[in-house]
Amino acid sequence: MPSSLLWAVDVFGRVYSLSPTSQQWDLCKEAQLEIKRITATQQCCWAIACDHQIYLNVYASDVPIRYQEETYENQRWNPMDGFSDRLLPSDRWQWSDVTGLKHQPLDSFRLPSDNWEWEADWYVDENFGGEATEKAGWTYAIDFPASYTKDKKWNSCVRRRRWIRFRRYKARDTWAKVSSELPGSLPDPFSDISCGGWEITEEPMGLISLWAVTLQGKVWFREDIHHQNPEGSAWVEVQCPGEVVQISCGPGDLVWAVMWEGHLLVREGIGRDCPKGTSWAEVQSPSPEFGAIHVAVGVSVVWAVTKDRKVWFRRGINSHNPCGSGWISMVGEMVMIDVGVNDQVWGISSEDRAVYFRQGVTSSELSGKAWRALTSLRDGDRSSSRSSAGSLASAGCFFSNEVTVQSQGSVPGDMDMEPEGASGGNPDPQEQADASKRRIPKVTSDSFISELVSDREGQPEKHEGTVVAPIPEEEAETEQEVKVAPAVVLSRSPSGRPDHAWSNVDLEEAQGRLAVGCPASDTGDSCSLSSVATYNLDEPYGADDHPIWAWVNGGSCVVDSHSQLNWFNSGVSSAQSMSLSVSPAQTAAWRKQIFEQLSERSKREMENFRHYEQAVEQAVWVKKGTMQWWRDWKPYKWVDVHFALEQFCGTDGNKEGIIFIYYTFNDEKKYLHTFINEVTILVPVLSDSKHTFAIYTPERTKQRWPIRLAVATEQEMHDWLALLSVSCCDSRGIQGPPCKQAIWSVTCKGDIFVSEPTPSLEASPYPMPCDQMYWHQIGGHLRVIECNSLGVVWGIGYDHTAWVYTGGYGGGFFQGLASSTDNIYTQTDTKSVYIYENQRWNPVTGYTNRGLPTDRYMWSDASGLQECTKENTKLPSPQWAWVNDWTVDYNVSGGTDKEGWQYAADFPTSFHGSKTLKDFVRRRRWARKCKLTTTGPWKEVPPIPLSEITTLPCMAASRMEHVPLWAISSKGDVLCRLDVTVQAPAGTSWLHVGTDQPFKSICIGSAHQVWAIARDGSVFYRGSVSPQNLAGDCWYHIPSPPRQKLKQVSVGRTSVYAVDENGNLWFRQGLTPSYPQGSSWEHISTNVRKVSVGPLDQVWIIADKVQGSHSLSCGTVCRRLGVLPMEPKGLSWDYGIGGGWEHITVRGNSTEAPRISMPSMVGGPTPASGAPRGTPPVSIPDVMNGNAVRS
Amino acid sequence: MADDKDVLRDVWFGRIPTCFTLHQDEVTEREAEPFYLLLPRVSYLTLVTDKVKKHFQKVMKPDDVEEMWFEYEGTALKWHYPIGLLYDLHASNTALPWSIFVHFKNFPLQDLLHCPSNSVIEAHFMSCIKEADALKHKGAVVNEMQKKDHKQLWMGLQNDKFDQFWAMNRKLMEYPIEERGFRYIPFRIYQPTSDRPFIQKLFRPVSPDGHVHTLGDLLKEMLPAAIPKDNEKKKYQVVIHGIEPMLETPIQWLSEHLSHPDNFLHISIIPAQCD
Repeated sequence: MPSSLLWAVDVFGRVYSLSPTSQQWDLCKEAQLEIKRITATQQCCWAIACDHQIYLNVYASDVPIRYQEETYENQRWNPMDGFSDRLLPSDRWQWSDVTGLKHQPLDSFRLPSDNWEWEADWYVDENFGGEATEKAGWTYAIDFPASYTKDKKWNSCVRRRRWIRFRRYKARDTWAKVSSELPGSLPDPFSDISCGGWEITEEPMGLISLWAVTLQGKVWFREDIHHQNPEGSAWVEVQCPGEVVQISCGPGDLVWAVMWEGHLLVREGIGRDCPKGTSWAEVQSPSPEFGAIHVAVGVSVVWAVTKDRKVWFRRGINSHNPCGSGWISMVGEMVMIDVGVNDQVWGISSEDRAVYFRQGVTSSELSGKAWRALTSLRDGDRSSSRSSAGSLASAGCFFSNEVTVQSQGSVPGDMDMEPEGASGGNPDPQEQADASKRRIPKVTSDSFISELVSDREGQPEKHEGTVVAPIPEEEAETEQEVKVAPAVVLSRSPSGRPDHAWSNVDLEEAQGRLAVGCPASDTGDSCSLSSVATYNLDEPYGADDHPIWAWVNGGSCVVDSHSQLNWFNSGVSSAQSMSLSVSPAQTAAWRKQIFEQLSERSKREMENFRHYEQAVEQAVWVKKGTMQWWRDWKPYKWVDVHFALEQFCGTDGNKEGIIFIYYTFNDEKKYLHTFINEVTILVPVLSDSKHTFAIYTPERTKQRWPIRLAVATEQEMHDWLALLSVSCCDSRGIQGPPCKQAIWSVTCKGDIFVSEPTPSLEASPYPMPCDQMYWHQIGGHLRVIECNSLGVVWGIGYDHTAWVYTGGYGGGFFQGLASSTDNIYTQTDTKSVYIYENQRWNPVTGYTNRGLPTDRYMWSDASGLQECTKENTKLPSPQWAWVNDWTVDYNVSGGTDKEGWQYAADFPTSFHGSKTLKDFVRRRRWARKCKLTTTGPWKEVPPIPLSEITTLPCMAASRMEHVPLWAISSKGDVLCRLDVTVQAPAGTSWLHVGTDQPFKSICIGSAHQVWAIARDGSVFYRGSVSPQNLAGDCWYHIPSPPRQKLKQVSVGRTSVYAVDENGNLWFRQGLTPSYPQGSSWEHISTNVRKVSVGPLDQVWIIADKVQGSHSLSCGTVCRRLGVLPMEPKGLSWDYGIGGGWEHITVRGNSTEAPRISMPSMVGGPTPASGAPRGTPPVSIPDVMNGNAVRS
Repeated sequence: MADDKDVLRDVWFGRIPTCFTLHQDEVTEREAEPFYLLLPRVSYLTLVTDKVKKHFQKVMKPDDVEEMWFEYEGTALKWHYPIGLLYDLHASNTALPWSIFVHFKNFPLQDLLHCPSNSVIEAHFMSCIKEADALKHKGAVVNEMQKKDHKQLWMGLQNDKFDQFWAMNRKLMEYPIEERGFRYIPFRIYQPTSDRPFIQKLFRPVSPDGHVHTLGDLLKEMLPAAIPKDNEKKKYQVVIHGIEPMLETPIQWLSEHLSHPDNFLHISIIPAQCD
């Protein structure tokens, strides 16, 4: 998720932003011009400045906005010259687009505006549909409008190649003027602006609608704004029945406008194919006497303000009725109102001009509960007490420059300057404030504001008198200081030069001015001016005099019911941050020392005495309940059972337990039991109808038939799972967070499991069977998880949000002592539920929902086997909640027509996006989003959504300053994370690694060998990646296995494995240090979904179709047996937990088993368990306290 | 990346391997075997030695059995001190198991309190908790608790139920965030050779100017001799629960995490080893 910000403009045209977690408005430093209105999206914000022009501010991001230009070079063969650019007269242009219809030579391409730059020169694309072409990139065909191949044949008469060049949008984090492309077409100056519409189309496109109103009351629409074209391409006038004064566009298809007379207009006909809409409908003003002056719309709400400042809420708005049905008068008097993401509402009160937030707005109560004023302070509001870190951070580079100047300027002066330097720690915004205050009259567009401002104009002068005070004191010091002090002040505030560019006070400039400043230092006038600017200018806006706001916009502010807002009481934060248990002292030496000493103590005092009797005996302890059990024999059904967990203290001090399931069979009471220490995993299987969970033992894993139990409520299930899980962990002596070597896995439900590896797990030749691994659950919800043995663990949610592991444990349904407290955070995830609408064609009525008797359900799941209507489709589990209504999904592979339909000859065949004569059936996919909120030891890594992640596997003892971590964004960009360390595994920022096409899989091996797969199936090896050159230098195209498209790759210490789209597992042959790309792919196995190769070159997969003795499972964790240094391909599979598993990573496990010496292979099998090393033998007496000691 | 909760667990589950031997002055019918036990550091001797009593009574005439008491190297062990404190104070740095002599005669009245039953221990334990809470919260928390809550604290200790005890004890460890700690820290400083049983005074976790008090600050005020002077060899060890926390450790954190179940921070100052 991109960062969330609330934007506001004050009456002086200064732009501020506020994050939901912050208590302080940050001044937007780049704004060199006064802004009148602002409208924001998650990626950028648009503004109208005082020159009535439109400016665009695209937020900085680690991923650049790149646009690929392409053109084709066409050649024809003739017997004289061979292939040459001499074409037949009937042929296409020598340089053309892909269709050949448009002439486009290389030099015809121009940058769309000054805000773009070329990344490099034109080059030939040598990748042809996932395969590498010959060096020059030519593809051959018989004639032009034909299919091309990469091989030249006898009948290849024409050839062409693709040239590509990337351009990059460079004007990020700055206000760039949106140029008017045609001088004549640009209308008169703009007066209002509103953007939205991003929910009309799906993510990959990211279309944004921008509506603008001119001073003459005309409405304009900006066409073609999307991710790769943030500026849009052209203004189109939208005719309207009268003069419009203001317009508002919601995230969805709502657009309302206010007319000069006070009526409102509603845009109708807005849709996927027509973002501009088709017509206007008129709605009367809420109040008969007073016309409307302002309107604000969200996804399904409309708020309005009338000329008497009254606030109104429109009833009955929905996607079928954008006009709504009636007005409701609301409390409060506002100047303007804005509706942001999730229909949250902000307003500016007409009474005190403060920003108010509407509390309690939820999807069920869209009108909210009450207005609450934001008390957040602005940059500089608390200058005297503000040596706090927050303000320094926002001062950014300015502060550091200032320090440099001071230390260079004069050492003696330092002492005097320091307190001032500290208090004015963030002088620039204040200076700006001052500067803009001097230019007040220009900003005032609205008479109310000018009134307010004129009241205040006397104040700066008044303050000058009071603040000159410090200056005489300075002058009283030694002469040297007099010289230096004003110079330093000047360097911060050259207010004597009003036309100076504020945004970049760099060192050279400051030094330059130092020289200029000295001669001027005796003119007391300039001194006093600058000191006013530096020290005291925020006085008029002190605690008793709050800022006066003119405009607020929540278009990029993501707030929902569970969001933590820090906007309302600004005083408390300092106290909270002082609390000991959450202070950064986490890592303090004393704490570390206590942890270390305590574990040493336990070792010293207890390790050799485990056979002693405990002084306090733990009694047997039983918990009982009633459940249902999925019977082991036919006919399979749920039967009522009594369930009991008996716990007691084992001989070695560990807690032990037994699970009993009491059932009745043929009127006979029977029971089934399982020892807690044999349980390998407890899996919650939440379904819509029953709250069930599964208990596995090694035996049950082999059978693929767990003990399945159901309880009455979700709460009861969570209680049992938490209890059983703690009991299982206790019996195995597992507590606290998982170790760094842990093996992580994720089920298809997004549940996270972790297993602590023992040395015997990867022992050779007799490893511990992987069905004996014990897995326990960790809170959170993820789709992918990757780790290495240094404890760097990252995950990706279903909504592509990146998460980093915090080192905690528990969360989710683990409460109290089964969970850590410090590092558990809220985690949310969203996913879509899909159903299909199916129709069959008949000659009379065309396509209808009346199928043949043999057809599938007219509303079904993807397979067509299950009936799924809009009404009966339930949430995946009770943890989820719907976030929207059913919508047609156009983002389906194979494409759709305008209404989302896909066509086919008959149902169980492949569908395509356009209707042909042979098509008798069609279907379309409906999607509905749902959201889950849980807790876990995960912290979000904003803002770039990811689809793949990998980190370098290594030995646990390895030391690395920076841990290499690569990722692929949800859009397919290859990214390299900077500054990932063991202490700070989240790193700091992304480094974008350029590619010609979107990627889908990436993996880095122990020797920094990076392998990746593009979305078209091309395999790449990244050259020259090393600790010194994190991102490497270029991509080498590696041929894919014949006729297969690879989809995932994993690289261990040396081995490289890949999985293709048909489920084949491939091993890369011929890898040598001097030739790391290898020579060929060797087929290893079928039915493989995913592969994870670890730092020991161990190979683990998620396999499909694993046959157990009772049942078949899909999504099963398997491990390759017989993998040896000289035998990296292994011999066979060992089957572990599953089905229903989605992902596994063994890249953290570098625990090697002690080598068993096998002097002669002939000598028969050696026992598999090596003696544990490192523990001195302890002599245990045979008899103790009168009892025989069992060891 | 350990969690503070693990400290509570480690403190609670600290065990001292102990070898109980019947003193040679005791009259027996046949030879008494030594008895080995893992004693919980946070519990009390007389609370956890029923088994010891039974073991030795088997070899003695009922007439010879009076109130059981324990001795270590000539020192009578006070049952009302937590076991971990007794060990740290008297037997730190000695070889394990800890060898304790068991007596059934000649009860040293001048050194020890009688302990006829577990209810005496309970009364002592609860009075400690109340005293500690009086220091921490003016007694507000403990007085708000119900009789059964008090019972839960005691039963938790008696039956070695960590979860049961801490479910209740957590409330005693809370404080308003803006106060940044308890009113006063309940602590006691012990020395093996001292006339006074222990030092206990009023001490706040945070100084009036907002500075967080550390273990070093506490000792500086209570027992300056315990802190090594510059360039001088360490003369004393400052031991809590068998470990030596750094003097920089905030006292509030120690009080929250290294207090005994009686809610007091028991600090032993013992002469440093000369090796």
